[in-house]
Amino acid sequence: MVRQATRSVILLLVGGAILKTTVSGNYVRYVKEGMWPLLYLAGGAMVAIAVLGIAGLFRKTAHQGHDHEGHDHDGHEHEHGGRFDAAWLLMVPMLAVLLLAPPALGGFSANRTGSALGTAPANADYPPLPAGDPVRLSVLDYASRSVFDGGRTLSDRTVKLSGFVMTGPDNRMYLARMRITCCAADARPVKIGLSGALPDGLAPDSWIEVVGRYDPRTDVDEVSAEKVPYLTVATATPIPAPKKAYES
Amino acid sequence: MQTETAPRAAAPPRAKKRWSVRSVEVLAVLLVAAIAARGLLAGAMGTPRLQSWSTVFISIVIQAMPFVALGTLLSAAIAVFVPPAFFTRALPKNKMLAVPAAGIAGGILPGCECASVPVAGALVRRGVTPGAALAFLLSAPAINPVVMVSTYVAFPGQPSMVFARFGASLGAAVLMGWLWLRVGRDDWLRQPKHHDHAGKGKVMAFVAAARHDMTQAGGYLAIGAFAAATLNVTVPPSWLRAVADNPVLAVLALAVLAVVLSICSEADAFVAASLTQFSLTARLVFLVVGPMVDLKLFAMQVGAFGRRFALRFAPTTFVIAVLVAVGTGALLW
Repeated sequence: MVRQATRSVILLLVGGAILKTTVSGNYVRYVKEGMWPLLYLAGGAMVAIAVLGIAGLFRKTAHQGHDHEGHDHDGHEHEHGGRFDAAWLLMVPMLAVLLLAPPALGGFSANRTGSALGTAPANADYPPLPAGDPVRLSVLDYASRSVFDGGRTLSDRTVKLSGFVMTGPDNRMYLARMRITCCAADARPVKIGLSGALPDGLAPDSWIEVVGRYDPRTDVDEVSAEKVPYLTVATATPIPAPKKAYES
Repeated sequence: MQTETAPRAAAPPRAKKRWSVRSVEVLAVLLVAAIAARGLLAGAMGTPRLQSWSTVFISIVIQAMPFVALGTLLSAAIAVFVPPAFFTRALPKNKMLAVPAAGIAGGILPGCECASVPVAGALVRRGVTPGAALAFLLSAPAINPVVMVSTYVAFPGQPSMVFARFGASLGAAVLMGWLWLRVGRDDWLRQPKHHDHAGKGKVMAFVAAARHDMTQAGGYLAIGAFAAATLNVTVPPSWLRAVADNPVLAVLALAVLAVVLSICSEADAFVAASLTQFSLTARLVFLVVGPMVDLKLFAMQVGAFGRRFALRFAPTTFVIAVLVAVGTGALLW
């Protein structure tokens, strides 16, 4: 049985955990970046309800002579008397957020999930790349241009991409980036096969920035049967994992 | 210690008070233990599978929490500030007509299924006939404007998917409402017996109701997220491909996948769109079943209406939703 004071404290902690992960920016490991106003609203509402509830308890204690209000609350809370109460379980994700703050999804999930290029519109128009040498592209943009547009806009350019290293089931090296549409539960990778000069000892899940050129080869993803494009690497530089790990 | 608490325990109201202090103490011990064991915990979660599990688990909870919070605030506001007679007056007197009216009304509330469970609970408490409240419960997350727009965006080549989803979801919700009117029994439904807040200050009554619903719905959400995250990191997605080619298996597989993945209705269209191996009908089934039956929703329905209700309601909804969606698909494509 969970009583009102405990419910208030649990709410305070959950609201606090949501606010903390939003303020620190870690929330982008779990949900889309644009969620922050909703997260502030939700965390703020929970903290407000908790604080009002705790204040109410103090007021009640102060007026112990007028017991009727206390009885009202007790009646309310007795509704689940003696039964298992799910409120306690809310502590589990809250503690995981506060104490573990697990990192964004990486190679483990990318290996289990098929490349997600299928969601890109098949009849999209691919304008010429912007100026720059090398030109910075997202993993998704590179993959879409090479798979859906046959690399037409890529062929004579040098590109720069960043993502994490993953080893496929065939022991081949891929550069991958997870995409999320809603939250990390639906995250799916975009994978690019790497050919050319790769430095030795690239650890899976480490982040690199690669500069290279279009490679017309494609593979078929074993999981989703979607095409996986290739990139010929000229240079690969280790970089720290970015705060915003997902592309959307 | 003993001498201080003993006289308190003697007086009945004080005895209850003492209980509340104890459960806060349990909470405090739990927190201190968790913080102390932080290093151990982080070590145990070090494998990629467990890290992915916890990331997915947290992400489902964080994604849903704003909708749970707003849904429970709305439901608490309905419970405290809207006069009980309002809903019975607003809906048609005839119960058969009240069901489709409530189903269509569900299309106005822009929220996901996490928000609609507490709101439907509040409607039942306010005397709305359960058949109508259940039609609302099923239609609100499935046909609201946000979901319709995201479906349109996710299926750029197939605007028919938007109409198919709207029609099939509303149809299944209304059928379930009517079915409840015919065969439903009130004793299957644990009426959420909220205290009548009339005597209390409105604000404190609102706070008490919101606090109760938020922790309750949030706790059940955590159970569903636990299950969905576990399946996410254990079931090989490659199994899906094997069944995509068989039309019957494809429909059943996507129906079951919708239940286990428990993706919120505002996002499921994008996932459905990415399941390119599957037929449009199978993906429609995914979109109709998902917002009505899934693991976290089932857990939240248990919390709101009781196990006796959820064990009957969820499987029936599953069958009706699959049949209506397959029928719609057969008509359209």
